[in-house]
Amino acid sequence: MSSPTRDTMLLKTPFHSRVEAACALNDWGNWMGYTTPNAYFDVELEYFAIRSTTGVFDLSPMNKYQISGPDAETYLNRLVTRDITKIGINRVGYAIWCNDAGQVLDDGTIFRFSDNEFRLCSYQRADDWLAWNSLGFDVTVENVSTDIAGLAVQGPTSCTILTLLGCENLNQLKPFGMAHYEFEGRPLMVSRTGFTGDLGYEVWVPPESAEALWDQLFELGRDYLIKPFGSHALELARIEAGFLQANTDFMPAEEVVRVGRTRNPFELGLGWLVDFNKPLFNGRAALATVQEKGSKYRFVLLDVDGNKPAEHSFIMKNGKVVGTVTSAAWCPTAKANLAYAQLEMPHGVVGDKLIAEIYYQRELHWTQLYAPCKVIEAPIFKPARRWQTPAPPH
Amino acid sequence: MNQYDAIVIGAGHNGLTNGAYLAKAGLRVAVLERNPYIGGATVSRELHKGWYYSNCSYVSSLLRPEITRDLELPRHGLQVVPFGGGATFMRNGDHFGTYADHDRHYREIARHSKRDANAYDRYAADTSLQTKLIRPYLMRMPPDPTSLKPRDLRDLMEFAQSFMSLGEEKLLDTIKFWTASVGDYLNEYFETDVIKAHMAGSGIIGTALGVYSPGTAYVLLHHYMGDVDGNVGAWGFARGGMGAIASALSKAFQSFGGDIICDANVDEIIVRNGRAVGVALKDGTEYRAPIVVSNLDPKRTFLDITNPRDLPASVVKKAQNFKIRGSSGKLNIALDGLPVFHGLDPRNRIMAGDLHFSDSLERQERAYDDWKAGTWSKDPYLDMMIPSLTDPTMAPPGKHMMSVFVQYAPPKVEGREWTDEDKDGFEKSVIDQISNYSPNFKDLILHCETRTPREIEAEVGLTEGNIFMGELTFDQLLFNRPFPGYAQYRSPIKGMYMCSSGTHPGGGVMAAPGANAAREILRDLKRPNTVPGGYADD
Repeated sequence: MSSPTRDTMLLKTPFHSRVEAACALNDWGNWMGYTTPNAYFDVELEYFAIRSTTGVFDLSPMNKYQISGPDAETYLNRLVTRDITKIGINRVGYAIWCNDAGQVLDDGTIFRFSDNEFRLCSYQRADDWLAWNSLGFDVTVENVSTDIAGLAVQGPTSCTILTLLGCENLNQLKPFGMAHYEFEGRPLMVSRTGFTGDLGYEVWVPPESAEALWDQLFELGRDYLIKPFGSHALELARIEAGFLQANTDFMPAEEVVRVGRTRNPFELGLGWLVDFNKPLFNGRAALATVQEKGSKYRFVLLDVDGNKPAEHSFIMKNGKVVGTVTSAAWCPTAKANLAYAQLEMPHGVVGDKLIAEIYYQRELHWTQLYAPCKVIEAPIFKPARRWQTPAPPH
Repeated sequence: MNQYDAIVIGAGHNGLTNGAYLAKAGLRVAVLERNPYIGGATVSRELHKGWYYSNCSYVSSLLRPEITRDLELPRHGLQVVPFGGGATFMRNGDHFGTYADHDRHYREIARHSKRDANAYDRYAADTSLQTKLIRPYLMRMPPDPTSLKPRDLRDLMEFAQSFMSLGEEKLLDTIKFWTASVGDYLNEYFETDVIKAHMAGSGIIGTALGVYSPGTAYVLLHHYMGDVDGNVGAWGFARGGMGAIASALSKAFQSFGGDIICDANVDEIIVRNGRAVGVALKDGTEYRAPIVVSNLDPKRTFLDITNPRDLPASVVKKAQNFKIRGSSGKLNIALDGLPVFHGLDPRNRIMAGDLHFSDSLERQERAYDDWKAGTWSKDPYLDMMIPSLTDPTMAPPGKHMMSVFVQYAPPKVEGREWTDEDKDGFEKSVIDQISNYSPNFKDLILHCETRTPREIEAEVGLTEGNIFMGELTFDQLLFNRPFPGYAQYRSPIKGMYMCSSGTHPGGGVMAAPGANAAREILRDLKRPNTVPGGYADD
């Protein structure tokens, strides 16, 4: 019985009973208003499950929108900057969307089920923006966030485990492909997607199937060393893999209060997602001007000397501050000290040598370090298994 | 043409590292390997179908992160995965576990002794302080205290300053630490037998000394000075077995244009007018190079593949007296399932760590007594791991691979060579011990590779089967390694160098000797240095 005077501050996902039982550290965080484990038993070992065996992450709190109707494709094509018509049926595409000023609102993935049916998965809530954009389109936008439970199943043995679960021929599924199965009489959808940069899948089921899915995955995955992982391990994996995080590496434009804190796709290194061959999309005119006149900032990956993460560092050139770090970590598999930074133009061309001003504390003593760093083109961690089809067994 | 700029003898991890840095500097380098496969003691082999054994070295911590990063070993396929925890099973049915989580660890020690649980923090701080002293010197040439060269004087001053800055008490602690026995060292902190025995293991692994022999406290330090991703003292598995390290190093080496030549058994280093000019193989083939680097242990280097006539008598004598005593053996076992140990839930994560059965210092010392008497320990000290609990590539799903490091095993049995019957007896003493704590163990064994010092010497080429290529005692460390006057990777013969674990900073899969030697060779050649310096500790 809940106390009448006590409101439930944080919600529980459909996997909560299992997550709670597995969360030996009782280290909880808040993600989208849901009780989410920061760590289950050991951040480092959880991270290595992703890289060496299989890690499981509850991504049910993700915002999910079902977009259907005769105009669904045209609607999405105006919404996002990339060309949606190029996403085939049962394929998934990474996309960003901007406001009219060409400033990035959020990034996410778009799943295409049929000619007229899509699902958009976003980090931010997008109900208002999606509804506003639907004016004049024959399209239905439905928030299905709580209708679908999801697990990220990521790591070298993930394909093997999901195949045991009944996902036949899963190893033939190409990256960004989707496949449909049945699990205990209900639909189960698998997409070869993820936020870890490794071989991995996301598994989507109705909430009623959630607990059984978790139980069977862990039972079947035991011999393949399956382990759950929390937000901290995910953060490490996504930095190593080179993925941006809204609210960390950029500010969603609609939430920004202060002038000049929004970014356009080019300033986030996401220019490749902008397709000017489309006649119209939100922000097109503004982005065309940006493309012609150039941006103010450049988003770069830095390989930082030494082993101290350049968290929140100022980036300097010739003694002058030219930018700041947004995310940084010592990456345990790449064995590299990686940082993402936003730099003022024209700094940050690949190969540029800069200095990161790093502060770190040991036993209450602060040390200041000027670590040389170099702009690199792509993340150092890129395992072959991520792109291989058929997917390797381990 | 068999003409190179440099020839490295032995494709172990140090030889490959050395070759990689020389090749990176633009030299044409060949690494010669006696076996048909590379790796030396850093090797994984499929001796039972579906199971991969890390036949010799079995865990990784010491491998210098500076080298891993600089040679881009992850890009060449290397992935080191840490494991957490460990346990010592006790005769009374209980066990002592170690946990990565500080408070869980405290609770486990407190289950045996509250006082020890509290003392652990003091022990950890004191031991960390000692590792901080030595770690900055791993990626450097040891200074020679008898030299008046500015570089030696400068480095010695720096060394002295960091010691003097400790203050009187800690300085005395340090001196004690470098000379004391691990038993005495641990007695200053702990009262519980099993806790001391669990920790003392690191003080004897790989050395022909007992827990009460002076000098073993340093060996403990040697096992604690490595790190996995900055976690000093942590250990991990190379995914795919230790051979993955050699494989990644060889790819790095080859990416710089280096040649690896297997089945090349070196007979002799060819010396002309006091200069090394190449090597001759046992099959008569010759390779020529003005630089010859030996990755063999000091005894093999100076007594086997160098003609004593090319050496000063004092060096021949020092090589002869170099302490490199076999003390250990190894069992690699293919298992049909996971063994269950009494007193421990098989799902407990500490099962993936280092497991032992010696629950008192006394048992460990008795095990050493057997070695002194010229036989293998009847109640051996085991460092046992089940890597397949961490790395799914080592054994088929649901099956397991077990690596059992065994101490002690003498290089000769009662003064004579090992026989096959001796080997069986050695194997039995190990399997019996494990079975005493695990009822289903014997039934799970599918295949077992047993290596006594005889096999380790014959197959890997480590003299007497000593895994560190020479004892890690103070008389053979730093400026004394392998011997005074020759601790800076140079030999008495011009153009001939050493890069094995028999040089500073010593044994273990560290790759620092290979890298440090390359730095000195490039210095002598007046070429730009390609070898990274060490990360600053904090």
